[in-house]
Amino acid sequence: MNASLDLVLQHPGIWRGDQLAQATGETLSTGFAELDEQLPGGGWARGALTEILLEREGIGELRLLLPALASVSKQSEWQAWVSPPHVPYAPALSGAGVNLKQLLVARPQTPADAWWTTEQALRSGACSAVLAWLSAPDEKRMRRLQLGAETGHAWGVLFRSANAAQERSTASLRLRLEATSNGLAVHILKRRGGQVNKPVLLSLHQNNGVRQARPPAPSLSVVPTLRAVSRN
Amino acid sequence: MPEPVAVIERHGNRSRVKACNEAADAGGVRVGMPVSAAQALLTNLVVRSRDMAAEQESLEGLASWAGNYTPAVSLQPPDGLLIEIGSCLRLHRGFKNLIAQMRHGLNEMGYSASLACATTPHAAWLLALAGQEVAIRDPAKLETVLGELSVRLLDQSQDTLASLEMLGAHTLGECLSFPRAGMARRFGQSLLDEMDRALGRLPEAREFFLPPPSFTRRLELPSLVNESEALLFASRLLLLELEGCLNLRQAGVQEFELVCHHEDMPETVVKVGFAQPTRALERMLLLLRETLGRTRLCAPVHTIVLNASRIQEIELANLDLFQDNAEAGDGNLLLERLRIRLGKEAVFNIAPAADHRPELAWRPCEAGDESKPAGKQQRPLWLLPKPMPCRKERLELQSGPERIESGWWDGMDVVRDYYVAQGRNGSRLWVFRERSSGAWFVHGLFA
Repeated sequence: MNASLDLVLQHPGIWRGDQLAQATGETLSTGFAELDEQLPGGGWARGALTEILLEREGIGELRLLLPALASVSKQSEWQAWVSPPHVPYAPALSGAGVNLKQLLVARPQTPADAWWTTEQALRSGACSAVLAWLSAPDEKRMRRLQLGAETGHAWGVLFRSANAAQERSTASLRLRLEATSNGLAVHILKRRGGQVNKPVLLSLHQNNGVRQARPPAPSLSVVPTLRAVSRN
Repeated sequence: MPEPVAVIERHGNRSRVKACNEAADAGGVRVGMPVSAAQALLTNLVVRSRDMAAEQESLEGLASWAGNYTPAVSLQPPDGLLIEIGSCLRLHRGFKNLIAQMRHGLNEMGYSASLACATTPHAAWLLALAGQEVAIRDPAKLETVLGELSVRLLDQSQDTLASLEMLGAHTLGECLSFPRAGMARRFGQSLLDEMDRALGRLPEAREFFLPPPSFTRRLELPSLVNESEALLFASRLLLLELEGCLNLRQAGVQEFELVCHHEDMPETVVKVGFAQPTRALERMLLLLRETLGRTRLCAPVHTIVLNASRIQEIELANLDLFQDNAEAGDGNLLLERLRIRLGKEAVFNIAPAADHRPELAWRPCEAGDESKPAGKQQRPLWLLPKPMPCRKERLELQSGPERIESGWWDGMDVVRDYYVAQGRNGSRLWVFRERSSGAWFVHGLFA
């Protein structure tokens, strides 16, 4: 292949059947190398919706997101949780490195308000990540969320039951989670660029997905001091 | 054409026109005319008595507004403001720009003003009184320009001014040409002092205006208002004053209320709250717009009152050298906007709390509340609001027990052994055994 054709093929608008789609926007690393490999752009896509389908709660759906949520906190950016099904437990979240001061919890009374709240949070540009547990989805509502995520450049995560796998969805990434004896199996139902048939198997850490903070590199010992100042 | 209005003032037992609007002027009404003559000229003339208290209030409102431009504002009652601008020219990108902004602001609020600038406050004041809208920024030129002003502008007794004119001193320049010793003997020191202050030969100590710690301003609307857009426009004028007042006090407000007065109906109160104290006009306007949009007015409004009872000092956050924290502010804005529709309780932050009982170890809180660092124990990400009874046989205990025994003092005592357990269906649970009854409960999910 000649050089100029190579050059053309690197254009972000061109996708070849044998490769993953190039990420159109910025991505957030999932914190799991095995999963990053399988996602376009190497992580959760900002400016798009991710759907997570669950067979049941408590199998590690939040631990899967925690590394990314903690990195959002580290950038001192906001995140919003809309209509969480239980109490997001502050001691555990703060222990996992999520900055609670920039975590907004909304409990709207009606489903319509919940959709509106999610859209506002996505659209505002203030939140890097928006997690939502919504009921009664329809195409119009989903499209509004999609547009909101694009406008606000936010990573939108919708939690739905595994039954929804058969329904059509505008989300750019759809994952189905399954608890197995070897860890959490992540089935990638839909992604930009190519099908995956094998699930990604993740062993979530026993300690809540909390990862040991990397010790600061000695040659950059000035960095932690500056961090401490800038948080004041 | 608006209706003709004249403001009258009583002198002894006669009332004279103090000021009138354009419509009255076109009808022949002149300042100083007896009120009876004015009413004879225009039968539909609306006559209002001069209200000194309202004038003082307006002057203070204007002084607050001027706080948006400079911290050094001084009142010159009844109708003057002295504003030090030398130190803030760079901030407002030059003199011309600043004057243009101020003139625009004054017009917007419906005031007509004569603006003059000089190197001493008193000289600026005399020029403004004379209606000479000039800017003298070179002290050397001060004497020449002031010399042409009439002595009538000086703040001296009528006797002094009359005798000066009898001496042939009609202008300040002529006054200045007389020998000082003789002037002092004849008129006392105060005349010389006043001229010296104007020329910068004597220092002038002025007291700077500091607005009161709570803000209340009233605005009568020129006509009855029904639409929220028009109401918002009027409120903006008051919010401009509030913003200046907050700038002068280096403070912010966490909430304010707009009281809309109707005829024959109880007033409508519109409350606006912020996640953190703020003094940014745009933000106050944005939230007021959304709140007004969700408020139903029961009747047209004739007067609005803006109240901000708690003005709190705020420290402006130091600017970050490496990261800009602009997003942090936006998060608060989102919180405020969501609260307008969903209610205050439905949108919150969470924080860990210092309590050993798991259900009390977190609390919803306001943005910016200090939170205590959490303990090191293993805790689930989901907590069930109410522990759910479960059967021991269905659990496979993985770690524990962690004994939690607390709260005997407030009647909500907890004596429990907590375990991490694997449920049959693959979920990881946080379960406990109540020690008194031996019953098992699920309290959280390691989601």
